[in-house]
Amino acid sequence: MDVALFVPCYVDQLYPRAGLAAAELLERHGARVHFPEAQTCCGQPMANAGFFAEARPLARKMVEVFEPYEHVVCPSGSCTSMVRNHFDRSLPGVDALRAKTRELCEFLHDVLQIRPKGRFPHRVGLHQSCHGLRELRLGSGSERLVPPFDKVRALLEDIEGLQLVELARPDECCGFGGTFAVSEDAVSCAMGRDRIADHQRGGAEIIAGADMSCLMHLEGLLRRDGKPLRVMHVAELLAEATA
Amino acid sequence: MPARDDILAALRAAAPAAAALPDLKGLRAVRYPDVKRRFMESVVEVGGRCVEVAGPLEAALTAVPEYVAARKVVSLVPGVAKANVDLAGVADPHDLHDVDFCVLSAELGVAENGAVWIPGFDNRAAAYLTQHLAVAVRADALVHNLHEAYERIGTFSGFAMFLSGPSKTADIEQALVIGAHGARSCTVLLTPSLRDHP
Amino acid sequence: MTHAAKAAAFVANDARMHWHDQAVWFVRQKRDVARAAVPEWEELRGLASQIKAHALSRLADYLELFEKNAVAAGAQVHWARDADEHNRIVHGLLAARGVTRLVKSKSMLTEECHLNPYLEKQGIEVVDTDLGERIVQFRREPPSHIVMPAIHLRKEEIGELFHDKLGTPAGLSDPKQLTEAARAHLRAKFLAAQAGLTGVNFAVAETGGVVVCTNEGNADLGTSLPPLHIACMGVEKIVPRLRDLGVFLRLLARSATGQPITTYTSHFHGPRRGGELHIVIVDHGRSRILAREEYRASLKCIRCAACMNTCPVYRRSGGHSYGVTVPGPIGSVLAPHIDAREHQDLPFASSLCGSCTDVCPVRIDLHHQLLAWRGELAARGLVPLGKRVAAKVGAFVLARTWLYRLAGKLARWFLPLIPARWHAWGRQRDLPPMPRESFREQWRKRAGSR
Repeated sequence: MDVALFVPCYVDQLYPRAGLAAAELLERHGARVHFPEAQTCCGQPMANAGFFAEARPLARKMVEVFEPYEHVVCPSGSCTSMVRNHFDRSLPGVDALRAKTRELCEFLHDVLQIRPKGRFPHRVGLHQSCHGLRELRLGSGSERLVPPFDKVRALLEDIEGLQLVELARPDECCGFGGTFAVSEDAVSCAMGRDRIADHQRGGAEIIAGADMSCLMHLEGLLRRDGKPLRVMHVAELLAEATA
Repeated sequence: MPARDDILAALRAAAPAAAALPDLKGLRAVRYPDVKRRFMESVVEVGGRCVEVAGPLEAALTAVPEYVAARKVVSLVPGVAKANVDLAGVADPHDLHDVDFCVLSAELGVAENGAVWIPGFDNRAAAYLTQHLAVAVRADALVHNLHEAYERIGTFSGFAMFLSGPSKTADIEQALVIGAHGARSCTVLLTPSLRDHP
Repeated sequence: MTHAAKAAAFVANDARMHWHDQAVWFVRQKRDVARAAVPEWEELRGLASQIKAHALSRLADYLELFEKNAVAAGAQVHWARDADEHNRIVHGLLAARGVTRLVKSKSMLTEECHLNPYLEKQGIEVVDTDLGERIVQFRREPPSHIVMPAIHLRKEEIGELFHDKLGTPAGLSDPKQLTEAARAHLRAKFLAAQAGLTGVNFAVAETGGVVVCTNEGNADLGTSLPPLHIACMGVEKIVPRLRDLGVFLRLLARSATGQPITTYTSHFHGPRRGGELHIVIVDHGRSRILAREEYRASLKCIRCAACMNTCPVYRRSGGHSYGVTVPGPIGSVLAPHIDAREHQDLPFASSLCGSCTDVCPVRIDLHHQLLAWRGELAARGLVPLGKRVAAKVGAFVLARTWLYRLAGKLARWFLPLIPARWHAWGRQRDLPPMPRESFREQWRKRAGSR
């Protein structure tokens, strides 16, 4: 199966490990991974701030870049949601792109249907990224009364030694929120610190999630506050566990 | 143009395309294996008491300490010995400010939320001024949920209310306080079904 | 002051902020427990949303039907285009009957219209009788939450307030005793009142009835003692049929406080014997919202405040930081209609986490509406210059792969050199450690070595 990797701009520049781990995981489970080099960004930073017109050319560019591919996989819930839920559907090719773009965990879970087997003897706090959870429905979420499911968690189920810690607020937002992180940094950091405290109380060594943006914000706070926890993208965790 | 016309015109001009009104018939609302038991539990959950009455109402009331201590008692239900206010004869509802106990009759009870349906009556202020309330409802007049309640109620005119437990508030630091402005206690008296009486 | 500035001040008091956050989160948790007792919860939300959508599509017809039935039941119906007309109508009704003592139960609409100060200027004593509202009225401040007006106050503060206003013993802070003191105080007000004003939770077109839901009994005391009952409603309070109440009532209290139903759910058709019922129907900007497709759904709101309780930003910034009558997610969607320039900060007072949308009993897509507002504000030039410049520069760079690659390299080199505390990110967070090579650089090498 041929898969094109859509690597978020900030992953490309700041967290390449997460992108590489995503590629490794996909390859290890039978996919042939391509990285169309012309890609840049889905436009979310602009769109998030209300600049839809400025973001539109980036949607056109993405349509073009990924046109040759049947599957587009992205290790980010928020970027995937941008494509699937917020791209201008009147633009040519957008509907086709939407239909074939998936976030990494949902691709592994729904399309490749894998249950990775491996070993990762650590206490891990699973952070539910809001876009992945509530926009892509990677999990049932705490707000709705629906049969519970969690695609990210399911991928971690067969990893030996992995202990998922219990959280008081399993899916409260970390406070990143794009421009929010900067324009309302007081509340943003208060939210982030509260998430960290929750993970700490649960005994987590590592905070893992499917969105590097959330983890970047949490890592920033962890390092500034001198806390011993570290962050990992779920792809990195699984890549290490199944190596 | 009068405000009414302006407003209606503005709303008509702004109206979106027609959206269908859903039929509620398809809704399968919650039902309980034991409607009476659930009702009794719900009444307690909302801060009230629920007592099954076997014999005369008065006997059940004498087991209610607030009734025993009451001096001024209003009752819309016959057979309440301590009732000493002719409610219909009260010219000014303000005169009811010192009612200690009020006994009302409900047409039905709702298991999912412990509410009872009480149609209006003259000088209904008694129901809110009273320090304590008791409401009689028949055990065979219990429905499972609010949809069934409205179905049973059908149409009605004037005033009516669902009453669920005593008055309460959590406005101070979320501490639940029973007895805000209305009744401090609510005892629901579950009377026998008509069937149970020959 | 913007929400961000007020929020920063709120957050700065760390202990208090966490206390407020936990207090309001507790209400969200109670909602979750209550919801669990209703297996058909999601279906109810869908029905409620559809019923409201239908009502909004025929609002004028339903209002006419409502008026006809309300009048047939003996009520008098008045119409107000805006806050000013509403206030004048209410005052007119009171003045014509020589009323100088009015008791009110909760009505966010009358808060929107600033009715209290209007009436007070005309020499009418207005007593807010909901306990939380009376507390903030004493303190001369607006409510910080539409269901729990005094949620931002500690019991000790309320104790001090009551000591000052009601003569309770100094240092008394027990909620039960404070409530008892308020009971006595407000009872005297109910008995002395010459008119009672309520809001309307639901107006039933089919029957011409209005429904008022309270836990305290204040609306009922206020309307069963004085002979004049004034009920104020926004045009969007209409529900078509009596049986629709089954859907909304099952959702309302559970969403608001986690109770299965409020203590009192009073249905008024016409006045009581010897009394008068006046219903004031108010537009005040609602028809303008109805005309906007993106925001129309916000008119479905039943004012339960579940969105506030679940909002991580509301909980950590407090209702007063929004600077509008109705705060939180729904408030941030409604306020810009009133004054987009004044309230341009509110759609940004959100991380767009989407929790509000998922708890809303009428399925308003709140976080999408917040995003839509951001787009509208940007298009209208109401977003700060710095953000506009950043967006245009960003778009320019990201559209050109070579320029993006160059910018990325430069950023990785340059960013760590800026003292952290010079930029908003770095005030409280470290920058991520800068990798020497980007993903694409490593990928090229990887591909090359294969």
